[in-house]
Amino acid sequence: MTMRGRVASVLGLFVVAVALVVWAVSTLLTPGTPGGVTDFTKTQAMGQSVDITVQTDGAIGYGPHPSWVSYLVKNPTTGQWVHDTTWQLPANTTIHMTVLQYDSGSPLRNQEWGQVQGVSNAQLNGKSYSLFNSYTGSGVGHTFTVPELGISVPLVGTSGNICASGPCHLGSPHNTITFTFKTPKQAGEYHWQCFVPCGLSSLYGNGYGMSTQNYMGGFLDVVA
Amino acid sequence: MKNGEVNHLRRMGSAWAVIAVVADLVYWFAVGPHVPPGRLTEAAKNNQMDFNILMLVALPVLLGVWVYLAYSLRVWSAKRGGPEPVGGPAAASNRRTQVLWISITSVAVLAAAAFGTVALIVDHGSGGGEGPNPVWMPTGAAKAETAALAGKATWAPGTNAVLPVQVIAQQWKFTYRYPTFGGFESPDLILPANTSVAFNVTSLDVIHSFWAYQLSIKADANQGVNNVAFTETKGPGQFVVRCSELCGIWHGSMYNYGKVVSQGAFMQWAQQTEMANAANTKLLPPFAYTYAPDANGAAGGLYPDGTVTPYNSSLTYGAKQPAS
Amino acid sequence: MTISAERPTDVVATPPSTSGAVRRGGWFSQHLGTALIAAILGYLFGHWLGNHIAGNYTPVVNSGVNDLANFFGLLFGVVGWLLGIGALNYPLAKIAGRSGTEKTPDVEGFSKYFRYSTDHKTVGLQYVIGVCLFLFTGGLLAMAIRTELLNPTTHIFAPSTYIEIVSEHGTIMMMMATSIVVGPLGNYLIPLMIGSRRMAFPRIEAFSFWIFTAGYMVIFSALPYGGFPTGWTGYAPLQNQAGPGMISYLFGFAVIGLGMMAAGFNIAVTIINYRAPGMTWGRVPIFVWSILATAALLTLATPVLFSAGLFGILDRVDQTAFYVAEHGGSSYLWENLFWFFGHPEVYIMALPAFGIVAEILPVFCRKPLFAQKVGAAGMIGVALLSFFVWQHHIFQSGINPDMRPLFMLTTELISIPTGFIFLVGMGTLYKAKIRYELPMLFSLALFFNFLIGGLTGVFLSDVPVNVTVHGGFFVLSHFHYTIMGGLLFAFMAGLYYWLPKMTGLMLNKKIGLWQFWLMFVFFNLTFFPMFIIGLLGQPRRVYTYAKNLQGLNDFSSISAFILGISFLIFAWNLAYSWFIKPEKAPANPWDSLGLEWQTATPVPVHNFDRIPVIMTDPYHYGEPGATALADLSGVSSSTGNPA
Repeated sequence: MTMRGRVASVLGLFVVAVALVVWAVSTLLTPGTPGGVTDFTKTQAMGQSVDITVQTDGAIGYGPHPSWVSYLVKNPTTGQWVHDTTWQLPANTTIHMTVLQYDSGSPLRNQEWGQVQGVSNAQLNGKSYSLFNSYTGSGVGHTFTVPELGISVPLVGTSGNICASGPCHLGSPHNTITFTFKTPKQAGEYHWQCFVPCGLSSLYGNGYGMSTQNYMGGFLDVVA
Repeated sequence: MKNGEVNHLRRMGSAWAVIAVVADLVYWFAVGPHVPPGRLTEAAKNNQMDFNILMLVALPVLLGVWVYLAYSLRVWSAKRGGPEPVGGPAAASNRRTQVLWISITSVAVLAAAAFGTVALIVDHGSGGGEGPNPVWMPTGAAKAETAALAGKATWAPGTNAVLPVQVIAQQWKFTYRYPTFGGFESPDLILPANTSVAFNVTSLDVIHSFWAYQLSIKADANQGVNNVAFTETKGPGQFVVRCSELCGIWHGSMYNYGKVVSQGAFMQWAQQTEMANAANTKLLPPFAYTYAPDANGAAGGLYPDGTVTPYNSSLTYGAKQPAS
Repeated sequence: MTISAERPTDVVATPPSTSGAVRRGGWFSQHLGTALIAAILGYLFGHWLGNHIAGNYTPVVNSGVNDLANFFGLLFGVVGWLLGIGALNYPLAKIAGRSGTEKTPDVEGFSKYFRYSTDHKTVGLQYVIGVCLFLFTGGLLAMAIRTELLNPTTHIFAPSTYIEIVSEHGTIMMMMATSIVVGPLGNYLIPLMIGSRRMAFPRIEAFSFWIFTAGYMVIFSALPYGGFPTGWTGYAPLQNQAGPGMISYLFGFAVIGLGMMAAGFNIAVTIINYRAPGMTWGRVPIFVWSILATAALLTLATPVLFSAGLFGILDRVDQTAFYVAEHGGSSYLWENLFWFFGHPEVYIMALPAFGIVAEILPVFCRKPLFAQKVGAAGMIGVALLSFFVWQHHIFQSGINPDMRPLFMLTTELISIPTGFIFLVGMGTLYKAKIRYELPMLFSLALFFNFLIGGLTGVFLSDVPVNVTVHGGFFVLSHFHYTIMGGLLFAFMAGLYYWLPKMTGLMLNKKIGLWQFWLMFVFFNLTFFPMFIIGLLGQPRRVYTYAKNLQGLNDFSSISAFILGISFLIFAWNLAYSWFIKPEKAPANPWDSLGLEWQTATPVPVHNFDRIPVIMTDPYHYGEPGATALADLSGVSSSTGNPA
């Protein structure tokens, strides 16, 4: 092979390798929010309150990790359960939230999260509550906590014939938790997460679903 | 030594002396007082001072090398012609220069180490985590820390008592316990002004680092370890707490704001919160410096044994306790 | 003639081939392609085996992830890679009792670059391409990091993806940086500079390259596994909690570690035993000294990382608990083991950079290297001291508080030998006749950058100041100034200086100047603001930050993109100068006195027809009547006697 031919081959292979790396890196790193964003700003008139309905499932039942625990949210337009944990909300607006808690519970690692904080009118199956002793009953399944806004609500665990894979339906045992809060005036992405170490089979229970966006955590994407 | 050499060095030296003095003065008066972490606490004040003193030494060194480089790159450029360089043993080494260089750097370095050590000891660890057995404690700290464990610690405005505060790190939030007020736990960090504070930092899971930026406190949170850091707060002000050790997905969101308020306001806040949280405080384990977390998560876990027997006798946060 | 050094006993090499017949390997002999196929087969087998063994294990069943299968997949993949490339042919033949294959000649012709070659010159060039691929991948991830940090609250990447990017960037860059000089320049130049015909252990040398490439693939495999969230430091117990990508990190470092140990051992033995007659320690070039110090660190520090990584794998696949406190382990154990390796590693990156610039400066100053012995002593001093400073990485972790003054002292002491390199550099510049060629420009940039990196290191080593600057952008900027501003600039200097020797082609100066100025200016504009960002309270590895820091972060990001472009310009320069308009390099384009420039270009297969006899050190610039460096007709290799 001539010198020129050799160099061409080296460079050709180098370019191929570089292209492979670029392709591999860019396909593996997903920009943006996995699973997309559920938009709650379109369906409400200006100034009206927003209703969000979510469910928590012990196992999502589908997708790449069917055995992982997850939140699902009801799409405000279609009424379908979708696997999004980033919710676009209007700023400075009252949010009525309903959580259908289908998962079992356990004592909390830190009972601090047994307190209802930063929301008003919190009700567990129609009875108002401000604190749940996680050493009683089935314990706490998950929490809905937005640290930046000071919001935290324990989602009390359920028992019996637990729904095995999502989306779960009202026939399965569940707790209904409702509460109200107001989104901040300032736009931004406010992180929320669950504080129950529910990522099974991982050390301290905070791996897998707890460490992956779109399962046990996401953003309140507040837009002005 | 030839005349030419003296000239070069003298020129560089005088240029450097002027620039270095000006730079140091400008730094000391214009920049120094604004250097982070500010002056909200004793540790912050001292660490700002340490930073500024190191800068006073570092600036002339930096400028010395820069002046030398700028001068030699210009004057001894091949483009300007000039005589051919003279090789030989004299150009390859010069005993005096070498000895001088080594002596100056050694003295500077040893002085920096000595200065840092003194600053560290005098300022009770300078706000850094000192581990479970701190050696440089402020007066009264040991007493307060021991009393806190027995549930007997007290703090009141004007008493000069050390205030122990526990920082509990967990994925992904810091919470705070106040043993002097019944051991209540809160997501808010409020501190009284002009008070010695002992931060007892521990973790319920992976390694975090408690960085109260304006307080100049940084202490890693390790599970099963009580990492203590001291400082004395000054006037009222706001500060930010961030986690500075990568702890997983929400590491970037692991922050909150804290406040230093007047002693009276702090007392009021603490007593109110103690009352408001009383029901929950009863459910918390008694105050301890470390807690053995349930390694198994909500149900079942990485380690096959379902019930963890802690190796240490510390209290268990969230282990399977009998339902009441 | 008297020769002051003892003659090495093993200079007798096979005489240069006279037959003229070029041996070419066929498509079905072992090469990159067979290695890839064998690696894939190995991976599949290992994955099956792991599932077969541990598939019914309770934690595995619950998790949907089998770490053992992933680990075995990677392990057997690497074994397959080595089998496929032919690295194990000789050892296996030996085990089988057949030893006649030792003298199998290397394949010649272009395809040798895709094969298991035991010629140090081939390995050196293979390494050039290898580290460039590493560097490119890491750089691409750096661009992604700076893209995410353009805005404090609006996110381009999900937080988990962002941590994955940060961790992968750090790890790939660190792995690359351990070999960036030792691999390409060390392997290629050391025998030429000490007057040897080969490395001491040519098969180990080839092994070090091919295991290095395997390491690249292993660490890259973390991405399809979902990445790992720990950063390049891999702190436990987060590493115990992390997803399956963590195995790629732990095993990847073990694999790279094998290559580092092999390369270090080989190079150290070569330098000690294969010097030409007359090459006394006082005459050894400063670059060789720096590589010797580096090789010592590679050999001694890396085993710690290797073991620490295996403990981590055991923790994950067998639920041992080396790093999990409540099961009897300790989260400090990893920190200590990791940094016990990690700090010497920092100097594995710094020392070769010092060596390169010290080698280049006299050539472009036309003056002897100033204080060569002090410089060499400084390198050895840095290497020794680097084992006694590791706890300064964990000052605030709650280690024994009374140990901190000691580690503050040792850390600051290390700036004395590090300062020697400035003495060497500045002394050499004194009354010189400086030619501003590209290698010189890159070398001078190192002095500018490393000074800032070194001085900020003093701030970091001061425990009180460390409270504010640890774990933030200040320290991030500090080590980018030393590693990127130091090592990478020195690497570029070395490539512009030695590639004409290695390839026989000059690199274009005009394109090179564009690259240099963009790289130098925008490197500083990227990383200098980060000192301020760090002082203003931004921790490392966060996807969100205070809104008032957006201006500085954006400035840094945009500069970083231009810095990225400067590397594309370098790639363009390689393409232009090698392919579009090749310009043949003169035999000694820089008028260097170094021994590596005294052989023919391209370098003959056996480097020197006759083993040279070294008469003096290679820095007698500005001395018209100086002794010649070496007698190239010195020792007849066939007789093995001094002339």
